[in-house]
Amino acid sequence: MKIAVCVKQVPDTWAEKKLTDADRTLDRESADGVMNELDEYAVEEALLLTEASGGEVVAVSMGPDKAEETVRKALQMGADSGIHIVDDSLHGSDAIATSLVLSKVLADKGFDLIIFGSESTDARMSVVPAMVAERLGVPQMTFANKVEVAGETLKIQRQTEYGYDEVESSTPAVVSVVEKINEPRYPSFKGIMAAKKKPIETVTVADAGVDAGQVGLAAAWSQVDQFSERPPKAAGVKIEDDGSGGVKIAEYLSEQKFI
Amino acid sequence: MAPQQPFALFDIDHQLSPEEIAVRDTVRRFVADRIRPDIAEWFETGTLPARELAREMGAMGLLGMHLDGYGCAGMSAVDYGLACLELEAGDSGIRSLVSVTGSLAMFAIHAFGSEEQKNEWLPPLARGEMLGCFGLTEADFGSDPAGMRTSAKQDGDDWILDGSKMWITNGNVADVAVVWARTDDGIRGFVVPLDTAGVTVNEIHHKMSLRASVTSELVFDSVRLPATAMLPGVRGLKGPLSCLNEARFGIVFGTLGAARDCVETTLDYALAREQFGRPIAAFQLTQRKLAEMTVGLGNGMLLALHLGRLKDAGIVRPEQVSVGKMNNARTALDIARECRSILGANGVTLEYPVIRHMNNLESVFTYEGTNEMHTLVVGQALTGIPAYR
Ligand SMILES: Cc1cc2nc3c(=O)[nH]c(=O)nc-3n(C[C@H](O)[C@H](O)[C@H](O)COP(=O)(O)OP(=O)(O)OC[C@H]3O[C@@H](n4cnc5c(N)ncnc54)[C@H](O)[C@@H]3O)c2cc1C
Ligand SMILES: Cc1cc2nc3c(=O)[nH]c(=O)nc-3n(C[C@H](O)[C@H](O)[C@H](O)COP(=O)(O)OP(=O)(O)OC[C@H]3O[C@@H](n4cnc5c(N)ncnc54)[C@H](O)[C@@H]3O)c2cc1C
Repeated sequence: MKIAVCVKQVPDTWAEKKLTDADRTLDRESADGVMNELDEYAVEEALLLTEASGGEVVAVSMGPDKAEETVRKALQMGADSGIHIVDDSLHGSDAIATSLVLSKVLADKGFDLIIFGSESTDARMSVVPAMVAERLGVPQMTFANKVEVAGETLKIQRQTEYGYDEVESSTPAVVSVVEKINEPRYPSFKGIMAAKKKPIETVTVADAGVDAGQVGLAAAWSQVDQFSERPPKAAGVKIEDDGSGGVKIAEYLSEQKFI
Repeated sequence: MAPQQPFALFDIDHQLSPEEIAVRDTVRRFVADRIRPDIAEWFETGTLPARELAREMGAMGLLGMHLDGYGCAGMSAVDYGLACLELEAGDSGIRSLVSVTGSLAMFAIHAFGSEEQKNEWLPPLARGEMLGCFGLTEADFGSDPAGMRTSAKQDGDDWILDGSKMWITNGNVADVAVVWARTDDGIRGFVVPLDTAGVTVNEIHHKMSLRASVTSELVFDSVRLPATAMLPGVRGLKGPLSCLNEARFGIVFGTLGAARDCVETTLDYALAREQFGRPIAAFQLTQRKLAEMTVGLGNGMLLALHLGRLKDAGIVRPEQVSVGKMNNARTALDIARECRSILGANGVTLEYPVIRHMNNLESVFTYEGTNEMHTLVVGQALTGIPAYR
């Protein structure tokens, strides 16, 4: 089985995320970059599948130079090789452009499965997997908390609000995973050493066969015109319960448009 | 200016390769997931799920990580140091478990063992399926191990081991001990499976330090060992001393982990805790403490990294490791005590890691060569005069 895993580098989960003043895109320099947490589950799932029935795992990331660290992290966990899509023209790409580039790079490489996290922690659109599936014309098996492959049949349990749906498709297919699916491993020291020798292919927008005019900030379908910082946390409101506490809480919540 | 963490002030990461950072992050995450949530309770109750942890550490490659072959990960000295630092940021007891297994027991077998001994013991120890311990100290011979009474006498092809060893880390959870004993042929090392007839292991209770670490007495009553139990590769005290030199190297880094955890905890606390209407971090006396501690910590780290690079180049000398152990164990203990003072009453509880680190560091100050002994080693290096005997 040949599996691609899409991994995104995001600012450290706990770091304060900022937009730059220059072009109002995410400031990726001010915080350490880490692998998007859900993508670790995606890598783990790919490794579990290939460890059980053989095959190969390729980690794919689109992002600036330092996103190579995230590809390397996937290799340290156990992926066999990596593809790093890096090109100045990609800066500021929206989900539409991201999915375009990823799908061009992933197409025609004989992948049986393309595994994604179900959401990034920085932009949180949760749409890239579906868009890539659509562009590749393959089934989208999203929000999986269990994945089974038998021959050319893929079965997943799709996490829903109240339980799960059982969904079946043919391969090749796109899968996105939720965090219930497994427990991602730590890179072992042997894995860290071995990753030094594993190949990472660098791909530009031109290599991918995409016109630079279709990606980047200028091509984005929507733009951030202005932003302001979240106001500092105000002191809480204290409601004394003199018998009407419930009513007062409900009034407060509806005033704040929570209900 | 936004507050900075102590190592960030020194840009320590700038000194590290991406692989070294990956090793550090792997161990840091293990400590965050597996050690931090339970460590205060383990310390309070004096328990440790040593076997369970050992298997997880083995899967990661932590045990004997700086040794080559026989299932060991073959990492560098700096990698090993960084791993010790992160482990000890969790707890000195956890780092002790790894030091004793990897640097004392496994190193002894790796450096001085026969091919059969290496093949038999190193792979299961590296996987964490077995644990090791190291018996040098005796109740009456600590800093002066040359006086040891434990003896091994030849009986035909076999050896008969008699005596006892005291303060042995991992004793009650270990499968195998490397034991140093007096023979007609000088001090020799023996690989002793702890289920051999005549071996008794007694746990030492009532410790106020390293409570999340098992410490034991090993008693040998006419223990019969085959000829193949002796480590063929070394004779005399230089055997155990070279093992200790390995473990001490890990302590040079490890102590800084405990100290870093204290300083980070204290910085957060001092910024949040208000007295007289302002954070206690705003008072000059507190800032001086924070600044002095951070400088001590950063200097210790630069020293540790320097020694690590020398070790990786194969040229570090034992007295240089003594400089590191002497300075960093003392610095860490001073830092822990100072942090305790900044935490006020909260500092005396296990709600915060500080007093736990402080108590642990009392052992670390003493074991693997007391601070005084390392001071005298440095004194001898400077003057050529051994002042300790
Ligand atoms: C302030 C701000 C405003 C934005 N506004 C818009 C907007 O108006 N319209 C718009 O379309 N986008 C917008 N973006 C989103 C930005 O362009 C996304 O980073 C990008 O489109 C990828 O989507 P995502 O991170 O939300 O992916 P998600 O769909 O949340 O990620 C799901 C999975 O897709 C994979 N994946 C995502 N990105 C990559 C990658 N680069 N390389 C490899 N795998 C990847 C990972 O497996 C990930 O787990 C905005 C971002 C910010 C910070
Ligand atoms: C928790 C713990 C775990 C341990 N684990 C192990 C282990 O796994 N294996 C093992 O073999 N040992 C172990 N030890 C033992 C440790 O190595 C010894 O405690 C240490 O070497 C000191 O020996 P001692 O306690 O007998 O002190 P002593 O040697 O009696 O020293 C007492 C004091 O006298 C000072 N002193 C001694 N000689 C001189 C001198 N010549 N000049 C100046 N001052 C001097 C010392 O510095 C110290 O301050 C452990 C100890 C502890 C506390």
